[in-house]
Amino acid sequence: MAPKLPPQLPPQNRVEQAGDASGTAGHADAGYHHGPKGLLRWLLTTNHKEIGTLYLIFSLSMFFIGGIFALVVRAELFQPGLQLVQPEFFNQMTTMHGLIMVFGAVMPGFVGLANWMIPLQIGAPDMALPRLNNFSFWLLPVAFTLLLSTLLMPGGGPNFGWTFYAPLSTTYSPPSTTFFILSLHMAGISSILGAINIIATILNLRAPGMRMMDMPLFVWTWLITAFLLIAVMPVLAGVITMMLLDINFGTSFFNAAGGGDPVMFQHIFWFFGHPEVYIMILPAFGIVSAIIPTFARKRLFGYASMVYATSSIAILSFLVWAHHMFAVGLPLVAELFFMYTTMLIAVPTGVKVFNWIATLFQGSISFETPMLFALAFVVLFSIGGFSGLMLAIAPADFQYHDTYFVVAHFHYVLVPGAVFAIMAAVYYWLPKWTGHYPNERLGRWHFWTSVVGVNLTFFPMHFSGLAGMPRRIPDYALQFADFNMASSIGALLFGTSQLLFVLMIIKCVRGGEKAPAKAWDGAVDLEWTVPSPAPLHTFETPPRFQHQEH
Amino acid sequence: MTGVQRTVTRTLVVLLAMFVFAFALVPLYDAFCRVTGINGKVENTAQALIRDSIDESRVITVQFITRGSPGLPWKLEVLDRQVRVHPGAATEVHFAFTNHGKQAGWGRAVPSVSPSEASLYMRKVTCFCFQEQRLDAGERYEAPLVFQLTRDLPDDIKTVTLVYTLYPVDDKTLAAKVLANEAPAIVVPGIAVPGGEA
Repeated sequence: MAPKLPPQLPPQNRVEQAGDASGTAGHADAGYHHGPKGLLRWLLTTNHKEIGTLYLIFSLSMFFIGGIFALVVRAELFQPGLQLVQPEFFNQMTTMHGLIMVFGAVMPGFVGLANWMIPLQIGAPDMALPRLNNFSFWLLPVAFTLLLSTLLMPGGGPNFGWTFYAPLSTTYSPPSTTFFILSLHMAGISSILGAINIIATILNLRAPGMRMMDMPLFVWTWLITAFLLIAVMPVLAGVITMMLLDINFGTSFFNAAGGGDPVMFQHIFWFFGHPEVYIMILPAFGIVSAIIPTFARKRLFGYASMVYATSSIAILSFLVWAHHMFAVGLPLVAELFFMYTTMLIAVPTGVKVFNWIATLFQGSISFETPMLFALAFVVLFSIGGFSGLMLAIAPADFQYHDTYFVVAHFHYVLVPGAVFAIMAAVYYWLPKWTGHYPNERLGRWHFWTSVVGVNLTFFPMHFSGLAGMPRRIPDYALQFADFNMASSIGALLFGTSQLLFVLMIIKCVRGGEKAPAKAWDGAVDLEWTVPSPAPLHTFETPPRFQHQEH
Repeated sequence: MTGVQRTVTRTLVVLLAMFVFAFALVPLYDAFCRVTGINGKVENTAQALIRDSIDESRVITVQFITRGSPGLPWKLEVLDRQVRVHPGAATEVHFAFTNHGKQAGWGRAVPSVSPSEASLYMRKVTCFCFQEQRLDAGERYEAPLVFQLTRDLPDDIKTVTLVYTLYPVDDKTLAAKVLANEAPAIVVPGIAVPGGEA
């Protein structure tokens, strides 16, 4: 159902629009753009919208590369026994799939959305540090080309899992590990620079009159995410530097023979790693908190509690890291501490889920594609949250640890969680980016094939995991055959259905139903006051933001 | 200074602090484990015997496990695999090092206690693990361990396992520092090289 919406006037009593919306139709870059043309334009661009687009295209490409690696894994696991690939290559595929999806697809995807939308949502003309913005993007293609090239090196690419536990990643690692470390350093620097830019933008460039508690939740969640990035990416840089020293310079940070401790690697890694998983989900909360009120045509229920809940989740994320390590032999008191703090996270997360449901309550709901993805996010992310609670129970975790139950859990929070949120955001903001509504029919096909594919892939993994199937092994016992066949068929369905997503984007860029400035009936934030498509330069004179009750 | 500059300066300071913190975690982790005894690391210097009455009502099983190391053709054997002791009593156990290699060398046995809580109550009066050993080719060397489990050992601990792992020592002075925990993560050339095991 294409939204039959009359072009609306700018939202009442909210913004006195400054003169920059006057260039209504078409690309307004004609009068502005004096930079180089062609490829150089993209290489040298400092415009937040162009850099945002670059990030999003990069993220989509990585999503497909990581997806192909996942399909290699699923194809091998289609039947028990070894059919297609050798175990060594299988290990490289699981590792690279994880690394590419985490650092190459999900994180740059969110940074791309931040680049596009944060300046528009706070009424800023651009990011605070545009040249830095260019640099942080262009680090990424270099980093990931280097990472992917390790697959072609003698001894193969990283094969120790995306968590690169020592000593697998030090004493027993392939020679290419040094390249892996360098590429991760570059990706980390890119994230750090992006985070600095986002913090500087949000804290300094808000439209006059916009207080912190007036900011849209996507901006809030990204601000908190950026602080998490600043806090933990240096720890990741530290731990991979120690690996580098252990491998090449004879130190023994993680080598017991030299006085080091491999368990310490896991502590430092997860001190980074747990905030990292929230880095991948907090912006998703912001996106869903924008989409659900729009399509329920109500204000978001409990705005302030959403902000506080996000902050609590971020603070708690520093206190739970050892729940990834229940099986390493922690003392009882540590098992209990990390078990309780982990369960505590369910409280602020529950606040968020109930706020979304309360927003839907008695709303005038319509089900356009962005809303479908957002609703699927709420339901399926909650399933992932519940399996997370099961894993948080330390004694039960001794059974679940390193099984497919863990795989099912984190794929439920990352695929129908983070990835669906990014897709929802793309459907939601495409009218603003391209000036055209996405094709609703194609969007629905994409949505339903993705939902069926995701659940068919990951739901059976709960059962195979509870029955004891270990993760990261290319072969398995016969009793897991049916579950794995279902998972593999689901993965193929989910993977191919993403071609519909690409088709939808291409069609939307090239044409489609014209979108007005306020593309969605219930949308209220500042980005809907600039024309669709958003001209290259917006808010050159800041809009006057008028406070509105949340 | 503009607002943006101020924000950037502050984030850079936090950034640098967190990078330093990541490396500070290494000694902090070591100190934390030593104070709480969490990691099964025991005092590596001789401790005086606590002259205390012996708790005849409790019997603790103390087991010994020895492990070799790749790159060191030595064998460490324990002559009494398992002893039953009363808390408070000092016990002597004998170990034997044998060098099966063709040349003399230095090696060291590094202890670890399980369950790790017990490491706080394990006092060693004499131990071959306090210093590195030098063995000629084919030499066999017997060395004693005298230990005491203190009377305040928690009641729920019924069995204590002591694991000794042999490590080669290439540079005697550096190795001594590592074992004295003055240099927790320092170079022991020839050991940390990946794929260096014979």
